[in-house]
Amino acid sequence: MNLGLGSLFLIVLQRDLMIAMRRWSDICNPVVFFVLVVALFPLALNPRAEFLRALAPGVLWIAALLAALLSLNQLFRADIEDGTMEQLLTLPYPLGLVILAKTLAHWLVTGLPVVAVAPMLAITYHLPADAISTLLLSLLIGTPTISLLGSIGAALTAGLRQSGVLLALMVGPLMLPVLMLGARATDIALSGDDPTGPLYLLGALLALALSLAPPAAAMAIRISAD
Amino acid sequence: MQDGAPQGKRFTEVELLTGTGLTLWRGANCLFDQLSFSAAPGGALLIRGPNGSGKTTLLRVIAGLTLAEEGDVRWQGRPLSARDETGRHTIAYCGHATALKPDLTTLENLRFFARLSGYATSALPELLASTGLTPCADLPARVLSAGQKRRAALARVLMSGAPLWLLDEPQTNLDAAGREFLERVLQKHLANAGTAVIVAHQSIDMGSARTTVLQMGEAA
Amino acid sequence: MWTWFYRLASPPHFYRVAASLVPWLLWPALLLIVLGIWGGLVVAPADYQQGDGYRIIYVHVPSAYLSMMIYVTMALAAGIGLIWRIKLAHAVAASCAPIGASFTAAALITGMLWGKPMWGTYWQWEPRLTSELILLFLYFGYMSLRSAFNDLNQSDRASAVLALAGVVNVPIIHFSVLWWAGLHQGPSISKLDAPSIVFNMLWPLLTMILGFTFFFLGVLAMRVRGEVLEREFHSRWAQDVLRSTSIMEADR
Repeated sequence: MNLGLGSLFLIVLQRDLMIAMRRWSDICNPVVFFVLVVALFPLALNPRAEFLRALAPGVLWIAALLAALLSLNQLFRADIEDGTMEQLLTLPYPLGLVILAKTLAHWLVTGLPVVAVAPMLAITYHLPADAISTLLLSLLIGTPTISLLGSIGAALTAGLRQSGVLLALMVGPLMLPVLMLGARATDIALSGDDPTGPLYLLGALLALALSLAPPAAAMAIRISAD
Repeated sequence: MQDGAPQGKRFTEVELLTGTGLTLWRGANCLFDQLSFSAAPGGALLIRGPNGSGKTTLLRVIAGLTLAEEGDVRWQGRPLSARDETGRHTIAYCGHATALKPDLTTLENLRFFARLSGYATSALPELLASTGLTPCADLPARVLSAGQKRRAALARVLMSGAPLWLLDEPQTNLDAAGREFLERVLQKHLANAGTAVIVAHQSIDMGSARTTVLQMGEAA
Repeated sequence: MWTWFYRLASPPHFYRVAASLVPWLLWPALLLIVLGIWGGLVVAPADYQQGDGYRIIYVHVPSAYLSMMIYVTMALAAGIGLIWRIKLAHAVAASCAPIGASFTAAALITGMLWGKPMWGTYWQWEPRLTSELILLFLYFGYMSLRSAFNDLNQSDRASAVLALAGVVNVPIIHFSVLWWAGLHQGPSISKLDAPSIVFNMLWPLLTMILGFTFFFLGVLAMRVRGEVLEREFHSRWAQDVLRSTSIMEADR
């Protein structure tokens, strides 16, 4: 009966990944949205190479943030609606760990694909190679932080009917430091300077979010499931 | 519970469920005020009352899903929580929602909860057979009928091995055979000194188990 | 100490105490603000660089200070309500939000008005104005979450979690905005440098900050009274209060 915490984490993670694999559109939608937003800027503005290059860090980061905000709305919604959360709440396990596993599964299926296609899109924005590697690294550290912060908001709004805009309004301001650091790190690399400073700060934010967000989201889920 | 038998455990005699002074308001409506109850091991508590009298809410308060404004629920004299002193699973909650993922098969759905409650997954086919779910074991849960979903939810209660069952209208959508199965497992659970709190509109045959009725709301 | 605390936290008792408190907060607020305005507009000398334009700080700085202070107060009250399950604390948190948002808006508007003579434009992406803008978003998020729930109890607890998450983030946001602005070397509202602040400039500012704080506390007490009355609408004491006030109105 006494399940180890590691195996609890893996069981929840595995199941959420399995559910996601059965619904391909849930995986594809955020990436397609990300590509769409990034493609909008050259069309609406000016496709000149040097102009796009200056724009690239900000545009790619904003698009990644928006894609995450859109997909986060679904993080706990189905579990609250179909009663799974009631079951998880009455099991004798630390809820924060369950939340962490679910958030990781969600990031793997929605955040990681966005990170994976970002370098390709960066090429269409004529970004040089070392700026692309910084972009990739900053997204790899930054998007999990966004998912973790978003899990608090997703947990708070999981029981509400209309919550897409509300979620973005609530957690958007909390994610601004990640956006500023991530975009700026890429920008610094673009201008040929050393971006390790902001990357370390991004790492610090990830560590902070890893330790504080799951318990806060667990508290929020208890309220939403009430 | 590692032996895989769904009903093979006797619970200790001292286990006792009590609720004292429970009060809950929803807006300007008082759902219950200074409500108290108790249930002995091997006994069942039947919650009855008209619609909107707070039966489901009371069950959720006992399960710890809803916070009461005053009062507490105790189990063996300690505040009831999902794990007891020895870290054992205490509560099996079965609400209106069946907690089945439409994209997973019945077996996959149950296997998840089996692993979480330490139930041997090798015993799952047997459990599915006893609940009459074998034909739909490999069907996605979205094609199950409402009655089959209810049976799957009951199977999850059986897997939990918890001494306290909290069932919210468990007979809903069940056919005659399903209701008979429910009564049989319930009687067995009570005979093993388990405890059950049940919200029910229809009558349930508890056999020889001691049954207390808690009437909610105005006796209309 | 604790019995005193619990007695104050009981809604009817608070309702009475707060009523007697309101004049003791609002009259000093009025006096201090009038004194501060007189000091700021008449006594304080003109700045050697900014002329008379700087005098808007006598509204801007107290508003900006309160906008942050109220957010922290709100988060503290929300945390107390969440942990000790004190309904009055939730009522205080709920009442703080619109006041705090108003002061944030006031700080933004006065900041922009100050910007026009300073930079020749109403808006610069300068760290303090940017932080105030983000703070305004935080207040909006809090208030829209509050209003999204039908159940008051749920609304109280959910918004408390958000307020706590926000208050942990406020310093992080502040420092990342400072870092972000430092990279751009953009213009900044030139501070009144420490040696150049003369006593006659300083005391009206401190008076205004104190006056604004009293004003906030007075308005807060009034709002919490209303909030408590609405929440306890069904209880006997609230019905008594409502009946007595309606009789008074009928007599007039």
